[in-house]
Amino acid sequence: MALIVEPKKSCAVNPLKMSQPLGATYAFLGLDSCVPTMHGSQGCTAFGLVLMVRHFREAIPLQTTAMNEVTTILGGLENIEQAIVNIRKRNHPRIIGLCSTGLTETKGDDVDGYLQLIRARHPELDDTAIVYVSTPDYVGAFEDGFSKAVSALVKTLVEPTPHTIPNQVNVLAGWHLTAGDIDELREIFCAFGLDAIVLPDVSGSLDGHIPDDWLGTTLGGTTLESIREMGASALTIAVGEQMRSAAMELEMRAGVPYVLFDRLTGLGPNDQLLQTLSELSGRAVPDKYRRQRSQLLDAMLDGHFFFGHVKVAIAAEPDLLWSMGNFLAEMGADLTVCITTTKSPLLSRLPTNEVVIGDLEDFERAALATGCDLLLTHSHGRQAAQRLGKPLYRIGLPLFDRLGNAHTVNIGYRGTRNLVFDIGNLLLSHAAHHQPDSWPLPASSLAVLSLPPTPDAAQPAAPACGNGSCACTE
Amino acid sequence: MSTMLKQKLDQVFDEPGCDKNQAKDAKERKKGCSKQLTPGAAAGGCAFDGAKIALQPIADVAHLVHGPIACEGNSWDNRHSASSGPQIYRTGFTTDINELDVVYGGEKRLFKAVREIIEKYDPPAVFVYQTCVTALIGDDIEAVCRRASEKFGKPVIPVNAPGFAGSKNLGNKLGGEALLDYVIGTREPEYTTPYDINIIGDYNLVGELWQVKPLFDALGIRILACISGDGRYNDIACSHRARAAMMVCSKAMINIARKMEERWGIPFFEGSFYGISDMSNTLRQIARLLVARGAPDDLLVRTEKLIRVEEARANERIRAYRERLAGKRVLLITGGVKSWSVVSALQESGLEVVGTSVKKSTKEDKERIKDIMGDDAHMIDDMTPREMYAMLRDARADIMLSGGRSQFVALKARMPWLDINQERHHAYAGYEGMVELVQEIDKALFNPVWAQVRCPAPWDDAASQAKLPQERLGSPQLPAMTLATGIGLH
Repeated sequence: MALIVEPKKSCAVNPLKMSQPLGATYAFLGLDSCVPTMHGSQGCTAFGLVLMVRHFREAIPLQTTAMNEVTTILGGLENIEQAIVNIRKRNHPRIIGLCSTGLTETKGDDVDGYLQLIRARHPELDDTAIVYVSTPDYVGAFEDGFSKAVSALVKTLVEPTPHTIPNQVNVLAGWHLTAGDIDELREIFCAFGLDAIVLPDVSGSLDGHIPDDWLGTTLGGTTLESIREMGASALTIAVGEQMRSAAMELEMRAGVPYVLFDRLTGLGPNDQLLQTLSELSGRAVPDKYRRQRSQLLDAMLDGHFFFGHVKVAIAAEPDLLWSMGNFLAEMGADLTVCITTTKSPLLSRLPTNEVVIGDLEDFERAALATGCDLLLTHSHGRQAAQRLGKPLYRIGLPLFDRLGNAHTVNIGYRGTRNLVFDIGNLLLSHAAHHQPDSWPLPASSLAVLSLPPTPDAAQPAAPACGNGSCACTE
Repeated sequence: MSTMLKQKLDQVFDEPGCDKNQAKDAKERKKGCSKQLTPGAAAGGCAFDGAKIALQPIADVAHLVHGPIACEGNSWDNRHSASSGPQIYRTGFTTDINELDVVYGGEKRLFKAVREIIEKYDPPAVFVYQTCVTALIGDDIEAVCRRASEKFGKPVIPVNAPGFAGSKNLGNKLGGEALLDYVIGTREPEYTTPYDINIIGDYNLVGELWQVKPLFDALGIRILACISGDGRYNDIACSHRARAAMMVCSKAMINIARKMEERWGIPFFEGSFYGISDMSNTLRQIARLLVARGAPDDLLVRTEKLIRVEEARANERIRAYRERLAGKRVLLITGGVKSWSVVSALQESGLEVVGTSVKKSTKEDKERIKDIMGDDAHMIDDMTPREMYAMLRDARADIMLSGGRSQFVALKARMPWLDINQERHHAYAGYEGMVELVQEIDKALFNPVWAQVRCPAPWDDAASQAKLPQERLGSPQLPAMTLATGIGLH
């Protein structure tokens, strides 16, 4: 039972957190033929755009209602109207995903009302779905924004259907699943003869491929038609606690029951997933996955030596923290420092003493004070890693100093196995090397023989970093 | 908008140093410099972004963003301004205001945040940035900063450039205003020399200043302050004692240069470090200004000697590439000063510039392009990504040089691309930088991946597959290269 701590600081230092509208935008980026749009000043969009571009190394379609001070005070109806009409004219998206920002929420724009007016004035917009979600910057974090956007998608677009397609399954994929993770999941479903509708599906849009033409919209992802078909699925599988509200919404609207997996990294959760799919499809677990399970067991046996009682500091959004934290704990590591961005019912159940809703200053200071030997957070942790001289394993988003972030696979037996190897190798390359003076006798023992204490007995060993062997690239 | 900010905007929009601004009538001028943004078709940063870009390179200062998490949390640590010492400028500080702050006001939180920073990090100064939300709820950051300065005995500088005030360029200027109002001229240097200059508007991206500084060092010219690349609070506070100033990067910080001339009689010129002849002109201008202000006139002779030897050294190194690059066509999508300064640089290496964007350029910038390129046929006012993509895909250009945001337009068209904006990882200033730029262009153009990625998969290209000689089919790479480059292997 972990204690949830919120430090009483007035100044966040080295933020871990990103804003709600960015999370909502990311969810919209997983839709096909979509232009996510932030209702705010153009800087809100520019910052989000740069961050996404740096992480994915892809063109990111992202628009703004370009509010200024006067339009903010007078209300954003005209700006939203112009933005939607312009986007439709220039980019021809099927879906426009609109989210509010701190600026327009402070003023209190009635966007739902505006949209009704705009629809009435512009019949040409009838072919464009518009999904709106309220995401003030000063409330919650990235994960909350993502969660709200997926709920809004379900609420706005899913319809009850008279029929059920028995082998069709919905997958609500939390933001912490990469394009690679979603591909892996789809393959698993396929192996049981199940068709998965994944929402949102960044494996179609942000998997780094070369389209035949330049489009001003997303390049793939969940289509509007398949979202509308979600009501006909036999089951919804929600991945991540953040997807619970959308899964419940889907059940209420269309009567599709759901199963929630709070994580899919680690042995146990994947056993449960395959068991669930096997029961649903009436098929035995394919040999391929029996083999992969066996490989994971072997990897865990080979790797556990290096994880045992390693003190770990993790800073991540709640669902990713839950996923990685439990995995590391199951490998024998100690979750010494846990930092997150926003509240979640999972936090108190983490196998650690306390979870701090904080920033990377809290992370760095706590890791130093407790002597952590492994750090996990996004790329902004590189400064802390360098100062602490400890290895950093990069997780989450943004990862702007690594290639191929979309294709990392951390779920399933195969993804978990890779994780054991990747983190295990990082620990291996930072294994402590002992020196002749690693074990000095304490002054009390020497005193018995009337000898002076060893001169640098009190000095801690120099950090391993600085010779280029460490992963903290700068 | 606070009356103070409103006055400031009126001031900034009336810029005697800017011809474009002066050419407008009073009514036009009131509208400001930035074009009206089109909702749904806008790109680019806000005024806060601009102010932060302009001031964050001051390396020993804590930069505190007063606003919700988006403004700092989504953007920190994303530029490559280099520091030769302090690293605190890379630390992200924000008040991360919550819903209660929006309702009750965030001034108390801001004051406490300043205190926390001073207690924990003890920087020589704290810069406080206003943002949209805190401006809208009426937080008076000037008052909080004044109180904090008194209380903690340290400069706490308000930077009043909320995002919704306007564009990034306006933010650059408002950042400059903060320095003029609160920093420059507040301290005296330990000593001065007749060779003291200020560099205004250089951000030392990827350490570019260090490609130029050795030239100044060799001539005995001291950079009293760089505003703001690798800057120090104290140096900038003392910068009013410089003898001359150079303004880099077009008009972004012209207000600083002009007002320092007005207040302290520091003459300035607009120059560039990009391109060999531009670099030489810059050195000449600085020497001339310093001599005019009383420096011994042997500086002119020494400058010419250095220019001669350094130009020769650079040209010799570039000549090695001229043959390979001659006739290769460049599409240049950037803005302001780079729309012309880079053009001349590229021409020096034998490249042909088939287009340069002038969307963010001033009238003067455009005149210079005309001078350099002969006519205005190659000026591109506004090019949509789609048009750029088409131009590259149809091979009307061989390489695109632009900022990071449009890189995928080139890469998805399977065309070489080079980053020349602030996110870049290579330094292109001075004689050294030119050699590096040419080297990078060469590296990009002649990378073997282009031939491979442009070659269709064999099953997509039945015609060429039929033509392939049987014995080659076993080795997929060779025919691919053959097809793409058009060079026969027989």
